[in-house]
Amino acid sequence: MIAHEMPKSHYLNAEHGLKSWLLTLDHKRIGLLYLLGVSFFFLLGSAFAMLVRLELLTPEGDLMSADAYNHVFTMHGVFMVFFFLIPAIPGVLGNFALPIMIGAKDVAFPKLNLLSWYVFMTGGMFTMYGLLSGGVDTGWTFYPPYSSLYSTSAVLPVGLGVFINGFASILTGVNFMVTVHRMRAPGMTWFRLPLFVWGQYATSLVMVLGTPVIAITLVLLVLERLFHFGIFDAAKGGDPVLFQHLFWFYSHPAVYIMILPAMAVISEVIAAFARKRIFGYHAVAFSSIGIAVLGFFVWGHHMYVSSQSVYAGVVFSLLTMLVAIPSAIKVFNWTFTLYKGAVALEMPMLYAMGFLGLFTIGGLTGVFLATLGFDVHVHDTYFVVAHFHYVMVGGTIMGYLGGLHFWWPKMTGRLYSTFWGKTSGWLVFVGFNLTFFPQFLLGMQGMPRRYHAYPEEWQVLNVLSSAGASVLGVGLILPVIYFLWSLRAGRVAGPNPWGARGLEWETSSPPPTLNFDEPPVVDHEAYDYGPPTDEPAAGAAPAGAR
Amino acid sequence: MPSKLPFFPEQASSFAGDVDALTLWLIGMSAFFTLLIAGLVVIFALRFRRRSPDQVGTKFDESPLLEITWTVIPLLIVLFTFAWGAKVYFRLYRAPAGAAEFHVTGKQWMWKTQHPTGQREINELHLPVGEPAKLLLTSEDVIHSFFIPAFRVKTDVVPGRFTTMWFTPTRTGRYHLFCTEYCGTEHSRMIGWVTVQEPEAYQDWLASVPVPATLRERGEQVFARLGCAECHGGTGGRGPALEGIAGREVELAAGGRVRADENYLRESIVDPGAKVVAGFLPLMPSFRGQVDEEEIGALISYLKSLPEPTTAAAAAASESVIR
Repeated sequence: MIAHEMPKSHYLNAEHGLKSWLLTLDHKRIGLLYLLGVSFFFLLGSAFAMLVRLELLTPEGDLMSADAYNHVFTMHGVFMVFFFLIPAIPGVLGNFALPIMIGAKDVAFPKLNLLSWYVFMTGGMFTMYGLLSGGVDTGWTFYPPYSSLYSTSAVLPVGLGVFINGFASILTGVNFMVTVHRMRAPGMTWFRLPLFVWGQYATSLVMVLGTPVIAITLVLLVLERLFHFGIFDAAKGGDPVLFQHLFWFYSHPAVYIMILPAMAVISEVIAAFARKRIFGYHAVAFSSIGIAVLGFFVWGHHMYVSSQSVYAGVVFSLLTMLVAIPSAIKVFNWTFTLYKGAVALEMPMLYAMGFLGLFTIGGLTGVFLATLGFDVHVHDTYFVVAHFHYVMVGGTIMGYLGGLHFWWPKMTGRLYSTFWGKTSGWLVFVGFNLTFFPQFLLGMQGMPRRYHAYPEEWQVLNVLSSAGASVLGVGLILPVIYFLWSLRAGRVAGPNPWGARGLEWETSSPPPTLNFDEPPVVDHEAYDYGPPTDEPAAGAAPAGAR
Repeated sequence: MPSKLPFFPEQASSFAGDVDALTLWLIGMSAFFTLLIAGLVVIFALRFRRRSPDQVGTKFDESPLLEITWTVIPLLIVLFTFAWGAKVYFRLYRAPAGAAEFHVTGKQWMWKTQHPTGQREINELHLPVGEPAKLLLTSEDVIHSFFIPAFRVKTDVVPGRFTTMWFTPTRTGRYHLFCTEYCGTEHSRMIGWVTVQEPEAYQDWLASVPVPATLRERGEQVFARLGCAECHGGTGGRGPALEGIAGREVELAAGGRVRADENYLRESIVDPGAKVVAGFLPLMPSFRGQVDEEEIGALISYLKSLPEPTTAAAAAASESVIR
């Protein structure tokens, strides 16, 4: 082992003091600010999840009142979706890594970048205010007329918080898109971009195009609640189902805002730990764009039993099925990247392999739900809950943790404990499956979601799920501890601890404030791991490509 | 057979077998691909593990044949799955003519049901085995959803409109009934039981429940109370004659045609100006607030019971309505 030394000056020690952090324009520091923010909201959302699982240990609703339970699952959903899953990977990993990966000094609009963090935190504070003034009990989906006319909970502050937070998404999206268009290093052509950048670009597209729709929808909801406009009120000639169309027009693409960045991370991690160019680079890049675009045409699959036209259901089912294609392309391409690779089972790679298994289950159960005749039975049951947790936790959180373990040495210059890392990884994997697999079975048996009490025959599966949640909880707390510990005691990582390719590994860890001592020039494709090691060059890498 | 597997609820309707067969296909297909991916990942990771710190992978990152394979095969599979699912879905939504019509009204937090013969129940629904049943559902407040797992049927229950479902119960027994659209505090208590009985037992049960009026009779009373016949009765009235109108296509004053289904009839009662029949003026006042959801349902039952006009005069009267 080569003993590395921390670089003398880097972005973390370039300036000191609280002010240097709160007013920073450095994308890396803003990434760390986002890390603090999303970690806080993640722990808050997890605490609500634990309360849900505790209540469901017994069939009777005995731990808390029905009203309290309704508030708890709603706040779990709101914090996790809007304040963790959506901002986590773009806000933390995208902000930190994307500019370095394209060889830029920063994002195109550093001030907008800082503004996006403040907007995010302001939205979060409004939502916290809503929580402290009693919380909200409508479910994160805010369906009227319950949310507009019947709920007595803090719909306005929470709705406003989510509305404000949307602008953080838009700012990040615009910033990333312009950065990728305008800030690439000389020689960094579109098809030399790391796939992480393609994924973030696709995500930004959805953020910029989709988020205004949820903003408008929430404004309509607020007007309805305050002034009884009647837009969603059947008694005034309005249409409550219209809200669902508007809501899902954003919120289905929002699912891709959550999963595309995780897919983007997985491409980086698999390439780095197989030391091999991603199989079918172009297919993986375009499948991200394909998912982003298709995502806008499938919202009606949330509404097969909503009284939407039967024919609309058929069209939405067909379009939804098509999303399976780019997803399948990605999974097969990642899998075949391992073929003839030089695979090292380091921490990030374990998360990537976990992602491959769990996302496959999450994606395939998406095909179940897209299937009209089957969805009618399991719609709004625990099958749906299990499905989206396989995508959101098995996919997004696995990707997020994989990425955090991958770039942590770059962010901090230090390595974390592999032993505790692997312990945590296995607890997360086992705990996750134990929590959510039984929920597929519960859903097929018909257990509705958002139930405070349930028939006795479902207790065994619910106890398994709650037991899994406690294992998962321990697994997710551990990284907080060993990451913090690594800051003091971690081994110095050096510029490229994984032996990976990519511009971010060519600068010091942590990088200097302007990312590179000398502006990089790119003359090769992404993941260029050189000629084959166990067969003759045979034209595989054209001469001069390196 | 599938009902013996632990993950299916009982099969108690004509759809359960169809839905479960589809489910078995989905499970089999997904299990195959999950095991394939997991197996390949593990095998490749072990077979091609890094043996020295500086080792890099062998260049192999393109194969049009492989790419086409894993694009086309999944495409064919999902298209097949789509078609199968759509076939089952269409059956779920196409009620046979002549199915007995039950009315269901959801409100926070109970289900009110009414039989064609007028019997009312709360959070219960008795049904005869082997006879197709059509449910006409609406809500008095927020959105609910009516779900009977053993029948594999579900539909949202939406304020301001009717939704329908149908099924044929195939086994006697008591089955769970759930609300599956979150509707407020006692959402998880908005549950009940569907009791499927032999036809004779069902008749006995019907006889044991006092009935003030059948749905049709109730509708007739409401029709009289509101004075509907003043405009809609006889010939040459201010409103279209209503005999036989339910289920027929009518021509609209604003152009176009619409089938006079339950939702159209409902709209014509609470918002009569929305779709005026050709040949008539928008004179009718709204009856919103003067009839509750159950009365609207009863009125529609009454309208459905009115026979097609047979006399020449009535035919002439309705000629302007229906072509």
